[in-house]
Amino acid sequence: MSKAENQWLAFAEEQDGQEGLAHALQNGSRIAVIGAGPAGSMFSYFLLSMAEEVGLDVNVNMFEPRSFCHRGPAGCNHCGGIVSESLVQRLATEGIRLPYDVVQRAIESYTLHMDVGDVEIATPLLEKRIAAIYRGNGPKQSEKLDTHSFDGYLLELAQEKGATLIPKLVSDARRTGERMSVRCADGTGDDYDLLVIATGVNSRLMEMMEAESHEFTRPDRTKTFICEFHLGCELIQETFGPSMHVFLLDIPRLEFAALIPKGDYVTLVLLGDHIDEELMERFFSSPEVRNCFPGSVIPPHVCHCYPRINTREARPVYGDRLVMIGDSGATRLFKDGIGAAYRTAKAAAKTVVFHGVDAGSFKEHYAPLCRKISNDNKVGKLVFSVASLVQKARFARRGVLRMTAREQQSTKGERRMSGVLWDLFSGSASYTNVLLRTLHPAYIGSLVWNLVAGNMPRRSKGNGHAASDEGDHVQH
Amino acid sequence: MARLGKEYKEGEVIFRQGETGDCMFVIQTGEVEALAESDGKELRLRTMGPNDFFGEMALFEKDVRTATIRATKPTRVLTIDKKNFLGGIHEDPSLAYRMVQTMSHRIRDLTDRLARYEENE
Repeated sequence: MSKAENQWLAFAEEQDGQEGLAHALQNGSRIAVIGAGPAGSMFSYFLLSMAEEVGLDVNVNMFEPRSFCHRGPAGCNHCGGIVSESLVQRLATEGIRLPYDVVQRAIESYTLHMDVGDVEIATPLLEKRIAAIYRGNGPKQSEKLDTHSFDGYLLELAQEKGATLIPKLVSDARRTGERMSVRCADGTGDDYDLLVIATGVNSRLMEMMEAESHEFTRPDRTKTFICEFHLGCELIQETFGPSMHVFLLDIPRLEFAALIPKGDYVTLVLLGDHIDEELMERFFSSPEVRNCFPGSVIPPHVCHCYPRINTREARPVYGDRLVMIGDSGATRLFKDGIGAAYRTAKAAAKTVVFHGVDAGSFKEHYAPLCRKISNDNKVGKLVFSVASLVQKARFARRGVLRMTAREQQSTKGERRMSGVLWDLFSGSASYTNVLLRTLHPAYIGSLVWNLVAGNMPRRSKGNGHAASDEGDHVQH
Repeated sequence: MARLGKEYKEGEVIFRQGETGDCMFVIQTGEVEALAESDGKELRLRTMGPNDFFGEMALFEKDVRTATIRATKPTRVLTIDKKNFLGGIHEDPSLAYRMVQTMSHRIRDLTDRLARYEENE
């Protein structure tokens, strides 16, 4: 256990006066959820569903000053907007199906772009199971469409279960005696039996909590870049299709780049180590990126932001009558942040309903999931380091391209490289699972063979000159 | 705006009784019917609509499909992989709660039908 975690628990025990006492919710208990993004809404939804099942009547107040029906930054929670294949399936199993007007485009393939060529990787079942969504109601300068934001849809589900939305900004939250006090910017406030922090990492509340507490460290963060290009629905269908375009380019500090087609817009996401102007300039000037756009011309973007993302979990992620979920607590490195919001929100809700709201209950029933995510992220860093080596080594990129293309052309055999890339890009599997699959002898054997074959000089039949494989375009 | 899953036309069979399978399905839009086939005759067991699931037995048993599922309207269904589902249950057993609830309703329904059938005999 970390020093910070110890201090936090000691504080909780001092407050209780009774070590190990579990505080349980009772009928009439009051819960404050700060932030109504996916983590806050899913926590409220699952908490109220489970409470109903066990006959517990509790009050949930959700604090969210943002209205998700607004276009641009006023209604957006700043994210690329992909609901992963695994999360789409889990939500469907839970009985939550994403409506037609929430899904901006159903993605059925990934197209990997490299300087040595590109290859389209089809979804394993040839079925649309990845959803491109807007967190708000579309880009800043977009026309008002009859669409629904993903965050707004989840918030409605929570409200249908009985959660109350308080459209105010929380300016202060702290422990007062045995309860948690929440104060809003307009001076109003109240006390609660449980405080759930689901504000994400870009919030002043987290900053304030860290400044005022020696026990709490907010998540480590890095700056990303997201922007939207207006191309029109028909042109997007023609040029991008139902495919998410990802780039493996030799640009230092760039870990992941993707163009995600949605309705009339294409969203660009750049993730890495502090994305700056120099990195963006290199990215936009690369022919692999330019060639994705009609006429190889990148249009001006209509909306952009530099959100920070969580690269290491908050420490600790819980306290007595206090829990941090989603990006505010622990999330997956670079991928499937909404999936991690779902997992942490549900684990916290289960803990609260079936075990208690004391630090000991969270330690036993909630913290293991956060540790699991955190440990997987450490493996993820290793996986991205290997991907960086591939980015730097042209011969490796040729081998990866050849192996993937051969698998996509063949109807037989296991698609090992395609599966690894699919899960790495989509975030559908854990990084540990991805790493273990790359250690399989058949994967290693096939990769070595393709590295050799992909880098052999090819002789053209006509004149006997060596032919380059530069610019290979392999699509299916 | 778009829909997830795979589309089936009215009358199209999603899977047949006796086939092997390793996934279940959740209906996104439309309607399907479950049919038991015997001696060339079809007996309609039930109809299902949005959010209902079918084919779940394949996740727990290595046996063949026990019924034929046919779309009675243009229908869109989402496939749930065995690996994804069981992996999810391993981390969060409550993921199976809704399924257990539905299977319980189906057992109750079948018990009622069996009782009525024996009364008529």
